Formats: sequence, structure tokens, C-alpha cells
Amino acid sequence: MSSITPQDIKKEFFKSKMGIAGITILTILILTSLITIIIIPIETFQEWNNPGSWITYPKAAIPIWVNLFLFEKIPEHKILTDPSIQNISNEEINLSSYQFNFNFEYDQFPNDFIYSYSSEYVNSPLLEMSVIRPDGIKLKLISTSIPHSNTITIHEDKIFSTDVMVKKELILQEKEFEFKINNLSTEDIIFSKTKFNEPLKGNYVFLIDLYEINNKSEITESNLIIGGKAFGIMGTDELRRDLAIGLLWGTPLALFIGLVVSIASVTMGLIYGVYAGFKGKKTDETLMRFNDVIYALPALPFLIILSVTISNSIFVMIGFLMIFGWVGIAKVARSMSLQIKTQGYVEAATMMGQKDSKMILKHILPQLLPYAFASVAISVPAAITTEAGLSFLGLGDPSFPTWGQILHDANTFGATARGLWWWIVPPGIMIAITGLAFVFIGNALDAIVNPKLKR
Amino acid sequence: MPISCLMYLEIVSKETYNLNNIISYFYQKSILSMKMYIAKRGVTMFGVLLITVLITIMLVGSNMDTILKQGVGFQVRSEITENPAIVQSFSSVKEFEAYIQDRTDERIKNLGLDEPWYSPQRIGLTMYKIILLDFGQATFLTSDLGSSNVKDIIFEKLPRTVLLFTTATILISIIGIFVGALSASKIGSTVDRITSSFAIISSSFPVWWIGMLMIFLFAFTYQIFPARATPDIPASSPEYLGALLYHMTLPLITIVMIGFGSWAYLVRNFMVGIMQEDFIIAKKAIGIKQSRITYTHALKNAAPPIITILALSLSGSLGGAIITEAVFDWPGMGRLYFEAITVMDLPVIIGATYILTVFFLVSIFIADLLYGYFDPRIRTSTE
Repeated sequence: MSSITPQDIKKEFFKSKMGIAGITILTILILTSLITIIIIPIETFQEWNNPGSWITYPKAAIPIWVNLFLFEKIPEHKILTDPSIQNISNEEINLSSYQFNFNFEYDQFPNDFIYSYSSEYVNSPLLEMSVIRPDGIKLKLISTSIPHSNTITIHEDKIFSTDVMVKKELILQEKEFEFKINNLSTEDIIFSKTKFNEPLKGNYVFLIDLYEINNKSEITESNLIIGGKAFGIMGTDELRRDLAIGLLWGTPLALFIGLVVSIASVTMGLIYGVYAGFKGKKTDETLMRFNDVIYALPALPFLIILSVTISNSIFVMIGFLMIFGWVGIAKVARSMSLQIKTQGYVEAATMMGQKDSKMILKHILPQLLPYAFASVAISVPAAITTEAGLSFLGLGDPSFPTWGQILHDANTFGATARGLWWWIVPPGIMIAITGLAFVFIGNALDAIVNPKLKR
Repeated sequence: MPISCLMYLEIVSKETYNLNNIISYFYQKSILSMKMYIAKRGVTMFGVLLITVLITIMLVGSNMDTILKQGVGFQVRSEITENPAIVQSFSSVKEFEAYIQDRTDERIKNLGLDEPWYSPQRIGLTMYKIILLDFGQATFLTSDLGSSNVKDIIFEKLPRTVLLFTTATILISIIGIFVGALSASKIGSTVDRITSSFAIISSSFPVWWIGMLMIFLFAFTYQIFPARATPDIPASSPEYLGALLYHMTLPLITIVMIGFGSWAYLVRNFMVGIMQEDFIIAKKAIGIKQSRITYTHALKNAAPPIITILALSLSGSLGGAIITEAVFDWPGMGRLYFEAITVMDLPVIIGATYILTVFFLVSIFIADLLYGYFDPRIRTSTE
């Protein structure tokens, strides 16, 4: 049954289309994982469940590429960080001017805008914010003085589009518009055409001027967020998290869970089954009865009870998944080793007085290796889907952004009812693609190991 | 006798496990060994059941103990406060509390709860009760009719799970067998390739995720079916059954859609093996129609493994599917289990685990017997 050499397997494997497809997908997934681990800062992973670190992102934003298919472009969420700086000073007054330039090409008004800054200053400089619109009109938005201080201090603050001061300033400039602006929100006024209340496309410049007398002050850090409804390649979820990052981190996690669980359970099952089959008699009987017990435990209910009562840490979960994973393989390995045991060379080795451990490791296990590889590949998808299922029920490790976890959050926040498809579809597709890669590889290997199926 | 006739006889004798074969098999050959085999498997299964119950109790025992003791405390307190005569006879709160404490301790002792939960007597008693389906009262959950007896709750949910999942399993197997036979009769054809790839692809999608998509598409985007599978009219009203069936459509479609592919693939693979047997080739040579060969002769020969798997999945379907029911909010066993876990209703968890395990074991047992009957090698190799 196993005169196949590794070279044969390799040659046969690369002949099958399925095997090549599987290997290709797997390679892409592994590359994605590596790129994720290297390029994406590990903080995004640790801070996944910390709402504070996602505050600058929009809520439940659609992926930006959707705009390609739409007539009415949805405004993108923009986080502008590097303003161009100009310093003008005459005798007494110093003016530092910070400019945020951006192009607004959408058919809806933005949600809001937030300007957050930290400035280093003495006394009380005056901060003035205005916007120069594509049609050349300059609207003054706010002018406020930073709280007075005698020594050099650092002050952090935010200016929101909902600020009453902004609205008041705009109402003072009412004459620029040919319609009533009293009841409109500030962003609907700023980004509006003057004739109708429709978005005005073009290049906008947000200007922040810091005036002070005699002293040197500056804004050390600042960013301007133009709140939109589209963000990133994969959009964001209700908790403002960038789903692209979650999906990317999910890849190495899923591969890790799937591979560790399946390799460990196949190894356990092989050794257990081969040992039972090789020893035979009472040992075999006892080991197989124990195997029966584990086989008869209903896996999912038990996994749920275990994760609730003992721990839902991902590493403990991997252990639990292994408990239920090795059983079937042990049964097959046992029957295979029963066959191998009767072969001449094994009997000869036994007569020569080889030790049991050596017999198993040197003569029986190598024969089962092709089968082992096929079973590893075949049992990976089950491990991944089971973990995803447990996470989906809310029993997974909350500190890891696995795909199941993302789907669980989607379900909790009613993504299906609200039509947030970008929150539901990608994680499931990732689960399926990963599963598919291993199923392909497994089937291709299986066809080589059991030539009967090939016909 | 012409040679084709001889061949035909041989073919017929080799062909199927028909009813006569089964009966003669039981009576002539090995009725003793079969009995032994059944007994042996039965004992093993019962042992497994005991161990499962034991493990469950071990896992939730300490929490269960606390809950039971609290329950006794509440019971004593409510009994005393309901009786104004006793309440008035106390001069201070302290005295009253002390009295309640005494009574509680007394009752705990009477019930045997003063021993630690892991003492052999208590575990023994609990296991005995569980095996006799006496799961006690649920802590939080109730049945739709308001009973908090765990047995009532479980037996209320069970028929609904049967309604959905057993129906689905039957549909899946029927569609699967036909599609499988069809693609086995035309190996390498478009139908065959589509079936095989559909089977492989559909088996990599989690059913519950497809469920979410189906809800998204057919309950919200196109509002054809209800999103929640629980009917909102009370169970006693006459329209309930109709509503239940209507609510059942979406989950049923989903389960069947994802399930039948792998069935078809399985059946196809069994059949492919048989289609290459000599007797089928001979039949073709005689000139029997291809469709007749496929659906009668080949399918009959593939029947044993198919029936075994059917038995396994039918009884397996009784337990429902926890995640699928959670997604569709189907009011069956699976959702009951999930709800019990969420609120940590331990008596329900234990009860449901027990019932699920029983079904699972019964299905393994039946499958084992069928295997043992169809393939005598299995029996002899374990002995």
C-alpha cells in the first residue's frame, strides 16, 4: 500500500490541478500573514478591542472602492495630518499659519469635521480657523483664544464642527449663500454651493492661523478629520475599527490555529493508533475503548462547556480542539498498522529483537506518513471553522481578532439587519478560502495515497 | 448453457444485500456473534454515557452546588415570610436571620447538600437522577408554557429541532443520492465536475455564515422571509404550525443548500467504485440501459454505506446544530443550549448535554450495527 516515495508524491501532486490551486492559495495566505506580521504594527492587534485607539476612524463606513461603482460618490473619511506651515512675523505680531489642502469630489456632504491640535505657547495666542472654498470664498469658522498661561505650556484641544461658535460665525456670513442656512449643520453650509444646498466639488483649504504678540508659539501636532461614510479597503465596523486590519490579522491566526490543531492531533492520533495496533491484545483493547469514549463525546457541546467553565484563552482552546481531533485518525492508523504488522520485514525485525519504540518509529510510522499529510490537510478546515463557530457564539478569545470574532461582533451589532455587508461577507469568504486551500491540498494528496479514488 | 447466462447467474448472486440475504445472514451464520457484538457495543455505549455525564458534572459541579444551596435558602426564606405568624414572633432582624440560617442549614443537611458536591454519594445520586431524565428545575429559563422543569423545556424544544433538521436531512439525502448517482453515471461530464466542485466548495463554508448571508439577502434586502425563525404568535393558537413552517423555510433552504453537495459527492464516490465492478460492466455488455444500471443495480450495491450514513445523520440531526439555530433564532435544542450557556443555567446545560449525548451515542450505535452487519470484518477484527 505504501511503495510511494516522497518524490513520487511530489510529482503526482504537482500534476493535479487541485493540488496546484490549493498550494497557490496557501502560498498567498502565508505571504499575507508574513506581510501582516512584518508591516502592520503589532499595536493594532493589541489595541483591537480598545475603542480609544480607533477614535479617529468613522463608524460603520463602507469600503472606498464602492465609489467606483456608484454615480453619487460617497464622501471618503479623510484624516489629514501634515499641514503646510508658514510663519510670517512683523515687528510685534507673529503669525503661524497651518494649511490643510484636500480635494472634495463627492455628491454628499461630509458627516462632520474635527480639528484636534496641541500647541506650545506662553500668554494667550489667538487661534483662527477659516476655510477657502473652491469658488474662492473664504469663510471664517472660529476665532478663539487659547487659555492664558504665564509659563510655556502645552495645550491640547479639539474644535468640532458641531461647535456653537462655528455656527454663529457662519450665520454672520449668511449673505454669501442664496438660501437660508439657519437650520443647516455647519458642514452642510461650508461644503455647499452658494445657490443651492448641494455639495460643491473642488479643492478646499482649511486654514488655521495662530496669532500672538512678541512671543513665539506653535502648534506642535495637529490633524483635521473630515468625517465621511467610506473608509479604507474593507471599511470599518460599528466600533470604528478598520476591518482590513482585523481581516489581515485573522489570516496568521487562522493558519496558526488550523495547523497547530491538525498537526498535533494527527501526530497524537498516529502514535496512539499505531501503538495500539502494534501492541495488540489487552493494550489494544484498552486503548480502543478509551478512544471510543472520546469519539462518543459530542464535541461542540463539550467545547462550549469547557470554554465557559475552564478558560477561553486561544491556547487552551487549541488544546480542547486537539482532544476531539485525534480520535478518528487513531482508528485509521490502528487498522493500517495492523496490516503493516503482518508484513514480512516487520516480522523479521521483531524476530531480530528490535525494541518496540524503534519498530514503531522506524518501520511503521514512515509508512503512514503520506496518509498523515493528507489527514493534516483535511482536518485543518474543521479546526478553523470550529474555532470560528465558537468565536461566533461569543465563546472565543476576545483579545484576538479572529474572523469568527469579527462575525460575532457583526451579529451583535445587527450588521445583517442594517445592511453592513462589508462586515459580514469578507470574514466568511476568508474562512472559506482558507478551508478550500487545505481541502484542495488534502484531496490531491488523498487521490495519490488512495489510488482507488483516482479513477 | 450459453456463457452469457452463466455470467448472468454469477452477477445476480453477487449483486445485492436484499432482505432475504439479511434474514439468512442472521439465522444461519452468526446469530450468536451478532448478539455478542450488539451486547458488547451496548455496554460500551452505556459506559461512555456514564462517563460523559460524569465529566459534565465534574465541569459544572461546583457552580451547581452553590446554585442549589442558594435555591434552598430562597425557598426557606419565602416559606417563612409567607407565614406572618412566624415573622411577627421575632423581636429583631438578627434573630429572624439566625432562624432562617438555622432552618436553611437543617434543610441542606436533610437534602444531603452539606457534603461536598464531589462526594461519591452525591455524584452517584445526581448521575442516577440524570439517567432517569430527572434534571430538576431550570434556574432562569422556562418553556413557552411557563414550566421551569428542565425535562418540560427540553421536550418542548425537541420536536421543533426534529421538524427542521430531520426534514433537512431527509431532503439532503434524497437530493444527494440522485445528484450523486447522476454524476456517477457520467463520470468526467460537466454535471459530474459541477457536482464535485460544488461539494468541495460548499463544504468549506460554515453553514451559519451562509445563514447570515441568507438572512441579509432574503430577510432584509429582499424581504421575502422573516429574519427571526421564531414565530411571534403564541404556541397555542391554530395558525402556529403554519407560521412555524413559514419561518422554517429560510433555514431549511440554507441547510439543504450547504448539505447536499457533500452527500452527492459521497454517493458518487461509492458508486464510482461499484460502476467499475465486473458485474456492472457485464450488464452493460448484455445491453441493459445505462439509467437502469445506475439507478437500480449500482445504487442497490452502494446502499449499505449510504444507509449507514443516513442512519448516522438522521439521529445526529435530532440534536440540531447549536450555531445554526443561534443564527436563525430557531427555537430548538441548539438555541436552548446556547441560551443556557449564556445565562449559565446549569440544570439545563446538564440536561441538554445528556440528551444530545444520548442521541449521538444512539446514532453511533446504529451506524456501528449497520457497519457490523454489512461488513463482517469489522466485528471479527475487534474481537
